[in-house]
Amino acid sequence: MDSALIPKGVKRCPLWQFLLFIGAVGIVLLWGVYAMLLCWFKGLNQTNMNDYYGFALWIWADLAVIAVGGGAFFTGLLRYIFGKDELKNIINYAVLIGFICYSSALLILAIDIGQPLRGWFIFWHANVHSMLTEVAFCLSCYFGVLTIEYLPLVLENRQIDKVPFFHHLGHNMHEIMAVFAATGAFLSFFHQGSLGGVAGVLFGRPFAYREGVFIWPWTFFLFTWSAAACGPCFTILVTKITEKVTRKKLVKDNAIELLAKISGWMILTYIIAKTVDTWYWATVTAPSKGFTLMEFYSNNALYGIWILVAEILICGYIPAFILITKKGRKNPLGVWIAIILAVIGVCLNRWVMVLQVMAVPVMTFDHWALYYPSWQEVATTILPVAYGVILIAISYRYLPVFPNEAEMNPIEPLPEEAAAIEPSMAPEQELTPAEA
Amino acid sequence: MFPFNFEWIWDMGHTVFMGGLWYALTIIGIGMTYCIIKAAIDASKKNGEHHH
Repeated sequence: MDSALIPKGVKRCPLWQFLLFIGAVGIVLLWGVYAMLLCWFKGLNQTNMNDYYGFALWIWADLAVIAVGGGAFFTGLLRYIFGKDELKNIINYAVLIGFICYSSALLILAIDIGQPLRGWFIFWHANVHSMLTEVAFCLSCYFGVLTIEYLPLVLENRQIDKVPFFHHLGHNMHEIMAVFAATGAFLSFFHQGSLGGVAGVLFGRPFAYREGVFIWPWTFFLFTWSAAACGPCFTILVTKITEKVTRKKLVKDNAIELLAKISGWMILTYIIAKTVDTWYWATVTAPSKGFTLMEFYSNNALYGIWILVAEILICGYIPAFILITKKGRKNPLGVWIAIILAVIGVCLNRWVMVLQVMAVPVMTFDHWALYYPSWQEVATTILPVAYGVILIAISYRYLPVFPNEAEMNPIEPLPEEAAAIEPSMAPEQELTPAEA
Repeated sequence: MFPFNFEWIWDMGHTVFMGGLWYALTIIGIGMTYCIIKAAIDASKKNGEHHH
């Protein structure tokens, strides 16, 4: 029924099956939308946020999706600015994933601010002393850039491409994509960094506070670095999950391997810098504020030293060493382990820098304040995941997201078609496949 | 925020922050305007060729 919209040369499941899948995920989406409406109409009392937790699950989700969405800006930088042509086979998907991540981040923020109708205040009445102002500016602008990067893919839909204006518009946008990609990289660098900077400048919270250079604490650079390092791993992870679901090879190995190799070296350099930063913080910065390292990791039910070990050793060094070695990258299981650990690692880092910061007592009479999200917070955090799955499913079905898909997955002719062309094939059947 | 708003102050913070925002928006705006105008011209040329 919708075959006229499906890209040429590729096979898709029947429409009923597709609609059934969208419907199933749509139920989860509606659950999230219901929780979102509760938060908007009844207020933030629907959450478990309190005076300890002004930043809670939403801000962690926000920082996490922005970090893993970093694959879009970094892959775009490598493809359009550094000219890594192998990545042209995965850049569309990286952009789509980035688009989903950033639109999700904006959606979460729209819920978190409580009164979305006043969202424009941050632009018009900007507090220029706040790192979050820079985040809001760069996030919104970069979402605009991602929309511009995603638009040519939409315009390549078989039916839309027939309209001459849209055909030329998509072509022209491709031509100057390097300008948009460079702008996106510039914006990403600053908002990823400023999100880290927010934690690093909290001089009243020694668990987060870091020294730095000029106005930027070290966390500014570590956040940008970790997003550029782990974002591509998320792109590879989603690509591999898509390949498993569709039971097709969608991206050539050379593109995946190049991205994995670059990501591996980025993770290794990042995690060394993170180790040095942690060492200096534990031995110099925190003691200068009257704290020992173990005070941040004891006397509570959740945050033990395990979280530091998990973040740096297990989810940092292990994926880095797997991805920088050729043997590791050639081993499918090794790549799966590495990319999953890297994604968990960056999400864990964001959790620690948002939520553990809030939990640690800072006064002598204070206590550890643990927090459990309400179901409304959980539902609105799962909402973007459902939205992402739906957008990926629709894009995959109707847009040429993977340029090599048709070549790598040739469609077998139907039995009646094969029978029709059999006579003309007969003389060649005596030949070997190579000769034929 | 623009310099003609009452809360504007001519200092480093406002100039850098708002200047950066306008700079990025200008690049995005000019880029898209160029693409749209060129697409309209290209499409009209193509249509003209078909008419002849």
